[in-house]
Amino acid sequence: MDIMPKWADVILIPLISILLAAILSALVILAIGENPWAALKLMVDGALGSTYGWGYTLYYATNFIFTGLAVSIAFHARLFNIGGEGQALIGGLGVAIICLFIPWPHWTLALLGAAIGAAIFGAAWAAIPAFLQAKRGSHIVITTIMFNFIAAAVLNYFLIGALKAPGMEPATPKFPEATHLPSFQDMFNFGDTTFFRGAPANITFFVALAACVALWALIWKTRLGYEIRSFGYSESAAKYAGISPTKIIMVAMLISGALAGMMAINNVQGEAERLVLNAVEGAGFIGIAVALMGRSHPFGVLLAALLFGFLYQGGAELALWTSIPRELIIVIQALVILFTGALDNMVRMPLERLFLSLRRAKT
Amino acid sequence: MDFATLLQMLDATLRLATPLLLACLAGLYSERAGIFDIGLEGKMLAAAFLSAAIAAVTGNVWLGLLAGIGASMVLSVVHGLASITFRGNQLISGVAINFLAAGLTVVIAQSWFAQGGRTPQLTGDARFNPIELPFADALQNVPVIGPIYYELISGHTILVYVALLMVPLTWWILFRTRFGLRLRAVGENPAAVDTAGVSVIWLRFAAVGICGVLCGIAGAYLATALQAGFVKDMSAGRGFIALAALIFAKWRPWYALYACLLFGFLQAMSLRPDVIERVLSFQVNGQFLDVLPYILTVVILAGFVGKAIPPRAGGEPYVKER
Repeated sequence: MDIMPKWADVILIPLISILLAAILSALVILAIGENPWAALKLMVDGALGSTYGWGYTLYYATNFIFTGLAVSIAFHARLFNIGGEGQALIGGLGVAIICLFIPWPHWTLALLGAAIGAAIFGAAWAAIPAFLQAKRGSHIVITTIMFNFIAAAVLNYFLIGALKAPGMEPATPKFPEATHLPSFQDMFNFGDTTFFRGAPANITFFVALAACVALWALIWKTRLGYEIRSFGYSESAAKYAGISPTKIIMVAMLISGALAGMMAINNVQGEAERLVLNAVEGAGFIGIAVALMGRSHPFGVLLAALLFGFLYQGGAELALWTSIPRELIIVIQALVILFTGALDNMVRMPLERLFLSLRRAKT
Repeated sequence: MDFATLLQMLDATLRLATPLLLACLAGLYSERAGIFDIGLEGKMLAAAFLSAAIAAVTGNVWLGLLAGIGASMVLSVVHGLASITFRGNQLISGVAINFLAAGLTVVIAQSWFAQGGRTPQLTGDARFNPIELPFADALQNVPVIGPIYYELISGHTILVYVALLMVPLTWWILFRTRFGLRLRAVGENPAAVDTAGVSVIWLRFAAVGICGVLCGIAGAYLATALQAGFVKDMSAGRGFIALAALIFAKWRPWYALYACLLFGFLQAMSLRPDVIERVLSFQVNGQFLDVLPYILTVVILAGFVGKAIPPRAGGEPYVKER
């Protein structure tokens, strides 16, 4: 029998953790001489007060859904993939090659092609650490960290070399017109009223939602998902049941890398429409916070990604209108990771004691 | 390559290897005690900022050093609380600490100095200045030995010598003292240490504390000796290179020195593309030299060149049997 009811585990603990992170963030804002309440109002206004703000919030959220799902599936196999950042960078390389060198007739086909390319490139970048973990026992956390740095160098190499556009900037040329994805502005344009004007959110958001559903089905409705979960729960038991650890590590990491790579159809094909240096901007790492907060459940990841999308857009507004720098968001992100991830037991232990005494009082 | 250039390169190697070495030894204590620490980067960054900030305000670099160590220690305590007291995931805690430092340093720097996330330039006593070893001037003209002594061995800041002395000291502490034996034991088999009546929790906190002090010195070196002030993200992945060096050295102090010197040499080379071109007579991509430490570490981890086996209880929180 569980000590706590399920709702406490799934809802109460994350809520308390986020509350703690929020209180500390407010203290930081107070400490640098700004008003936390006013800051919050500004963030809500800037991120949710207009369809323009929503367009940015949903654009960021799309990135975080992909990277959050990537970290989640690895978590289910008890693997910690810190390499989302590098996998998303290399995914961007895949998108750029596919968009630049194949003459696509229509954006629907280009989207499909780019998604497959991004997934393959991302998965390939995750494959080496996965293989080393499965076959040689090299710690996947260390190898994926190293691969982030290597990915940045690889990207740099291509952007000042083979793929560079004429000019000073290390970036690829603009992708051809036919590969441009419809933005929310194009999709929600009803004659005289245009929603989401100038915002970067695009059709990829719906691809991300589909990925949530697909991953949910994979984890809880298929044999493979069952094997991944049982491997994560107990490696020795899974082995005893005839589940091959090599296969699970490889498959889980390939899916993880593919999801992280697919982020590139949002930021590279959808928004920038060309590949630039540092295109990922830390979204790979935010995936860690999103997955922890969302308890590695696709629905939770969606909610957490929306929250972080709001924080990102709100943070940009703060940096614009107040003296609070954008880096405040990194602080909030760190606090969320700290409280929902590393200090989980700090919240859990007293709660468990509370529920235990409540139950004793009842009987 | 002529002798003078070689000496210059080796001199740069020593300067660039120092922060790596300090952080690497910091990680050595922590990981030998069974606490993985991927937060070296964040601790260095926090220390770099606070040391530069306090040195800039007070004009005294020693106060800056103390403040830097303090900042690093605070993060160490957070890591200890999360991974020892609350038995959380040490890797996740490390990730959180890296981001906490990356964000807070800029937010606070902007609030205190309003210079776009930097501290003011440090001058005079607010920096660690090179110290001339005795007879350096007098021996300068002796062939071979003179220039080596004058250029390479003399004329560094005191922290460089501190870092080098830490290597034999760490070896002595870990392999010749009772504390060191216990510290290594707690990373291999904490239950045995507990059975012997020694506190696992205290030992691990001590290791994490030493790690904090060394990371603090490393960070202070970056901002007050190697450079003259703090800039955003100035640790620039050095914490991770130190981690790579630690694996490369297979968690042993003397090898840590060699690994850090090697990685420092790679960094010195990527700063001097002209020298490489002259010696090898072809261009080497600077990017490639920058990531070579990471590639080498992956190769080592893959076990193709000798196996790197981490301390056995590393990453596992210790739960006393009930």
